[in-house]
Amino acid sequence: MKVDQKIKNIAEDVYKKILKKKQPSMKFPLRALSNVKYDPKHGFFELLGKEKIRTLSVNTVKTFAQTLKMMSISKDILKSDDMATKREVYYVSKNWGDARFNEQPESDTVMDDIEGMFMVNREQLGFTADEHGGDVAGQLVVIDKNPDTKKVVKIDCTKFGSGAYSIPTSVEHLKFETNAKFILAIETKGMFERLNRHNYWRKSKCIIVSMGGVPSRACRRFIRKLSDEKNLPVYVFTDGDFYGYMNIYRTLKVGSGNAAHINEFFCVPKASFIGITPQDIVDYKLPTHPLKDVDIKRGKDAVKNDPFVHTHKEWRKAIEAQLKMGTRAEQQALAKHGLNFVIDKYLPKKLKNPKLWLP
Amino acid sequence: MVQTKLTTVSDKKKRTITKAEELAKGQREISVAEFFTKNRHLLGFDNPRKALLTTVKEAVDNSLDACEEMNVLPDVSVKIIALGGKEASVADRFVVTIEDNGPGVVKKQIPNIFAKLLYGSKFHSMKQSRGQQGIGISAAGMYGQLTTGKPVKITSKIDPKRNAMYYELHIDTQKNEPEILKEEEVEWEKDHGTKVTIELEAKYVKGKQSVDEYLKQTAIANPHVTLTYISPEKKKTNFPRVTEEMPAEAKSIKPHPYGVELGILMKMLKSTKAKNLQAFLKKDFSRVSPKIAKEICDKAGVYEKSRPSRIATQEADNLFKAINITKIMAPPTNCLVPIGKDLIEKGLKKEIDADFYIAVTRPPAVYRGNPFQIEVGLAYGGDIPSDHISRVIRFANRVPLLYQQSSGAVFKAILGTNWRNYSLSQSKGALPTGPLIIMVNIASVWVPFTSESKEAIAHYPQIIKEMKLALQEAGRQLSIHIRKRKHAEHEEKKKSYIEKYLPHVGIALKEILNLKQTEEQKVEVNLKKILEKHRE
Repeated sequence: MKVDQKIKNIAEDVYKKILKKKQPSMKFPLRALSNVKYDPKHGFFELLGKEKIRTLSVNTVKTFAQTLKMMSISKDILKSDDMATKREVYYVSKNWGDARFNEQPESDTVMDDIEGMFMVNREQLGFTADEHGGDVAGQLVVIDKNPDTKKVVKIDCTKFGSGAYSIPTSVEHLKFETNAKFILAIETKGMFERLNRHNYWRKSKCIIVSMGGVPSRACRRFIRKLSDEKNLPVYVFTDGDFYGYMNIYRTLKVGSGNAAHINEFFCVPKASFIGITPQDIVDYKLPTHPLKDVDIKRGKDAVKNDPFVHTHKEWRKAIEAQLKMGTRAEQQALAKHGLNFVIDKYLPKKLKNPKLWLP
Repeated sequence: MVQTKLTTVSDKKKRTITKAEELAKGQREISVAEFFTKNRHLLGFDNPRKALLTTVKEAVDNSLDACEEMNVLPDVSVKIIALGGKEASVADRFVVTIEDNGPGVVKKQIPNIFAKLLYGSKFHSMKQSRGQQGIGISAAGMYGQLTTGKPVKITSKIDPKRNAMYYELHIDTQKNEPEILKEEEVEWEKDHGTKVTIELEAKYVKGKQSVDEYLKQTAIANPHVTLTYISPEKKKTNFPRVTEEMPAEAKSIKPHPYGVELGILMKMLKSTKAKNLQAFLKKDFSRVSPKIAKEICDKAGVYEKSRPSRIATQEADNLFKAINITKIMAPPTNCLVPIGKDLIEKGLKKEIDADFYIAVTRPPAVYRGNPFQIEVGLAYGGDIPSDHISRVIRFANRVPLLYQQSSGAVFKAILGTNWRNYSLSQSKGALPTGPLIIMVNIASVWVPFTSESKEAIAHYPQIIKEMKLALQEAGRQLSIHIRKRKHAEHEEKKKSYIEKYLPHVGIALKEILNLKQTEEQKVEVNLKKILEKHRE
């Protein structure tokens, strides 16, 4: 069923209830870790089917109206074959009088709810992210189209000098040519720059991607598509902390609880972790920072609630070990042993020895 | 200053000086000035800021007590002038003048009352009053004299038909005796009253421990008083009375045996007019019948017909112990003069802009043989800031206590009350948060303070218990008010929610389903009915 028809059906349902003088309601999948299961054979977080029901009442009337209004925007955009960024949608709401959103996170939440309700990606609703997509350099030619002339454009990612190719918000139409052997996804821009400046990708025949923290959906989809189509392994290099393990690596590999309805397409199940592990902190005597309260909470939460950690006992061990150590280390801490230690020693050793990886 | 005369020892008659003799060289009588300087913190003159407040406080307390004794509605004016041509905030010298319409002071007594420490009637009586030790006003005068060298100036008139007397006094700091610098008859337009002027080194500040705050709180707890205040910034503030009703006259009572300490008991034994011990116990104490008196004597192993002045220290100690193991009826409580529920509410209303006022006056209770009574007033909402912790204002016999809030019984009682039961928020170990002012007054013949500076009330379990009961009773009333208000707000919010957001449901459905105008209206009408039906 097409999305605009789905929108009409929901609205029709609400309308009929109102005519019958009954409280209308809408159903959404619960967007949380408690509503996902993980089967390594499938490779990503799948919905368990728990729902939340938004019934129209005095307390929900504002959100209820906002949800319907946003569905109305989506219908208009789809009709005119246009796109609107999340921020633009937030500004459109400023036209709704008292029902407007006060802050963008409010409108983003309603948008995520609608996505979940229809089990679609936000692009299918006519909405796009305004977040940064990630940077790419290395042995890769991206085949894109000029948005005006629709002419094919070939982008050689070895030719950006000290700069990089920037992943667009929508990647479905892209095609690739490459002779690289693997993809290296990196947490920080700083580490990406070091590897890029020293042409690390040429020496080790790879494509390097800077995620800039938690990877955007576009970035996740880009890596997935590229690795699937060109059959490339994916290695992930993050800081040695729970944010790096869970929020970044786990989200890239199996998706998140918050957007579980789209994980199937936005995950990279074949990714492996080659970032800083608790064992590395010990082996390389890395300079550390003490874990803060939020870090400890994040680590304990992962052990307790994250199906991914429940499945992979290596991760469970690593997180528990790190909680015991009470410290964390950044990927740039390797500079203690020399600025290019990461290129000359750390990465070659890691990549050669799968025993040092985490699943 | 008293100098010990040093013995000159000639070289020929050299002998060993004993330790006692050596110590004796350093032993001498201490002058009052020295005593004062060393103990100024006990008397409320620790620093220039506090000195200004204490001076005003002692004079105003005296004025109010005097007016009430004469049964006239007090009109008291306070005027503070900054000297040296400086701004009030930077000046370091001030002239303080307090004037009342009280009975005045007889000529003979003026020098003693204003220029002799520890002189007064209050120390010896068991009667509820503001001042307790007779140290206050003369100490303020002495502080002025020590810091500026200027005398205390007094004008006093006791009879409309006579002239007023004008005095300028110094304290002889060696002998603790008044020194009259000037004494004359003057004309004064008042029928009767007293005016005191003291020049002193001080500092004027605003805020929670200021003269301004002290006078405002005095006005709250004394709604029968009219106060006029001219600040060092030359701003005039009036605190008019809101009732013509005078507080009931305080009655003196005899001490209750349970409240007497051994030293006092021995002093009383020496000075009593009673012929024998039994009569002494019966006449000089309250609630002691001849039977109880005999019981005490028997338990102490002392013959009840002994002459009180003949009682030895050991026997006195036995008596003291016997008293405390004998069951004696609680003291009479008609000697207490609370402010009263209505007047507390009136007092709060006139000085604090709030939505809701409630006061509670507890029945009298007793700690260590001393009767006391607790009163609590709450003011809630209105102009009181709502995101702060609540403010506490404390009184002892209607006198505001501005220092050492967190060390006294009031603070402990408030923290020990669970305000969350009364619809307020409260963090652990903190005062409740919200637009609330909590007033607590203790009325007692002998208010137990934690120190001589009379700033915080001691932690007697009976006192804390009474405070908590009063706070709880007032808290329950407040809670009813808050819940009513919240309910009204909730209803209001619901109504406005429906009006604000319902139309947008209709609009959105119209946009998606291309509804007609009439259909959209139908949606709105139906939704209103649905929501009215499901009001949660």
